[in-house]
Formats: sequence, C-alpha cells, structure tokens
Amino acid sequence: MQELSEIWVYLARAPLAALTATLLAWLGALRLQRMCRRHPLANPVLFAVALLAGGLLLSGVDYRAYFEGAQFVHFLLGPATVALAVPLHRQWQAVRRSALAAILSVTCGGAFAAGAGVALAWAMGAAPEVTASLAPRSVTTPVAMGIAERIGGLPSLTAAVVICSGVVGAALGPAVLDLVRVRDWRARGLAIGTAAHGIGTARALSVDATAGAFSGLAMGLNALATALLLPLLWRLLAGG
Amino acid sequence: MIAALTALLTCQLLGEVLVRALHLPVPGPVLGMVLLFAALLARGRAVPGELGATADALLGNLGLLFVPAGVGVVLYLPLLARDWAPVSLAVLAGTLLAIAATGRLAQALLRRLG
Repeated sequence: MQELSEIWVYLARAPLAALTATLLAWLGALRLQRMCRRHPLANPVLFAVALLAGGLLLSGVDYRAYFEGAQFVHFLLGPATVALAVPLHRQWQAVRRSALAAILSVTCGGAFAAGAGVALAWAMGAAPEVTASLAPRSVTTPVAMGIAERIGGLPSLTAAVVICSGVVGAALGPAVLDLVRVRDWRARGLAIGTAAHGIGTARALSVDATAGAFSGLAMGLNALATALLLPLLWRLLAGG
Repeated sequence: MIAALTALLTCQLLGEVLVRALHLPVPGPVLGMVLLFAALLARGRAVPGELGATADALLGNLGLLFVPAGVGVVLYLPLLARDWAPVSLAVLAGTLLAIAATGRLAQALLRRLG
C-alpha cells in the first residue's frame, strides 16, 4: 500500500502523467468521433475535456497540477495560430476577391454575437460581472480574457465561456447554417470563425479547405475588431 | 520541420514584442499570423513545402490544443452553477444566433460584392 501511494504521489505531481493523459483522452475522443461517423455533434474537444475534467474531479487532482504537464500542449496554440497564415495564403485569390464582404460581415457578426449574449444574460438577471464576462465570448481566449478584464468581467469565467461557445458553435453551427440555407463555403467559414473562434476553425479546416481559410481569417478579424471596439462601446453604454 | 517550427516561433516572438512595444490590443500570435502572411505574400511564390507540412500537422490537431484550457472549466463549476441559466442561454442561443446572422449576412454580401 505504501508503495502504491508513493506511485500515486509521483503521478499526480509529474508533468509526464498529465501530458500522457491529455494525449490519450484526445485519441479516445477522436475514436469516439469516428464511431459517431464524424457527426458535427460528436465534437472531440468536448469529449476530451469531459473525460479529463471528470478524471480530475474523481481523482481529486488539482487543475494547476494537471496544467503543469498539459501546458506543453497548450503552448502549441501560439505557433498554431501563426500557422493559420498558411491556409489563408493558399486561398489568397479567393479571399482577396471577397475581402470587403468578409470585413463587413465579420465586424457586424462579431458585434451581434457580443450584443446577443449580453442582452440574453442581462434579461435573465445575471450578475453584472457575469454579464461583462460574457461580452467577449466569441473571440479567441487570450483576447477575450484581456477584454473581460478591461470591462469589469472575470477573466477566468470568460475563458470557460469562450471554450463552451467554441464547442457549441463547432458542434451545432453546421446544422444552423443548413437550416438558414447558407451553402457558400466562404460564408459558412466566416460565420463559424466569427462566433466560434479557433475551435470552430478546427472543425471548418477538417471539413473544407476554403471554409477553413475563411474561418481562420474571421477569427483574426473578429479578435481585432472586438478588441478595438468592445471596450469603447461598453464604456459608452455602461457609463452613459 | 525544425526550420518551419523556428519560422513559426520567430513570427510569434516578433508579434509578442511588437504588441508590448506598441501597446496593441491584439495577442502576439494573431499579429504573428499577420507577419507570416505578409512574409509569404512578399515572397510571391507558393508556401514552402516544409512550412506547409508543419502548418498542416499543427492545424490538423488544432482541437487538441484547446483541451488543456478547456479542462480549466472545473475551476469555475461553482460560479457556473450559480448563474447557470443566463450563462448557458447566452452561450447556446447567443452563439447559434450569431452564426445564423453572420452566415446570412456574409452570403448576401459575397453575392453582391464578389
């Protein structure tokens, strides 16, 4: 018994176990996705997060201890974001022709995404700091956390709702776009990237190269537009 | 692969430095993406094979990279439990409405403007 608990102490502390568990959970989530015949609802990010979160809660391992190991995966988000320039460059001819339409629809769509979330939460009587945390919901995590801090939200809660929005957009977005008869791959990519940032872009890239490039573009544009405009609008509306 | 990774990290590093030096509101990696894109455009040829392969490998598993941050949801379970109704409505309805609206708008604009 003594030996067993020593092994457990090692596993709970060393980064190796958390890193391996993250990769195993991802492989399991991909297998589950294939078993569901790659249905959009079967989102591998959702599966892997649920598996690992459940594991942490059951085993009582602290999230910070887990992140010690998982940070090596997390770190790759930076270079992966930079790498989005590659699909964008491959699709540059198509993107350049529709640049104006893309900028206009992403800016309006991003404002609508923020406004709709805030209005719904406000109407349901959420606490003010919760409402503020929901405003930057549809932009990529680091930008969203920075904005939440500036407008009086809770950056950590924002990180959680950003991930949830991404999973919802990636899982249910394609069905919604079918429902409202948006068939143009460029428009589908712009919509998913605007509302569901990188998690939506991951899904779009796996379905169609054009949709993926436009989704990555929309994610970057929306991050820029929201970071510039949301704090200004928030001050105008909340202060006035 | 190492040369391509170095190129990606160099763009990210330049992005982070510029963001801090100029007090820009965007994160370093997003500016890094703009820098790499500008470099590719300036080169004027197709994406080099090695960079293309590395980018495809990273982006092919983009979902995995969100998992560690996503597991952080466990930290906010009490907060989410308290305000679960407005939060889940805002996330679910807000996101889906935004996708529908952006998609329709983009399709209409793409038809008219090109």
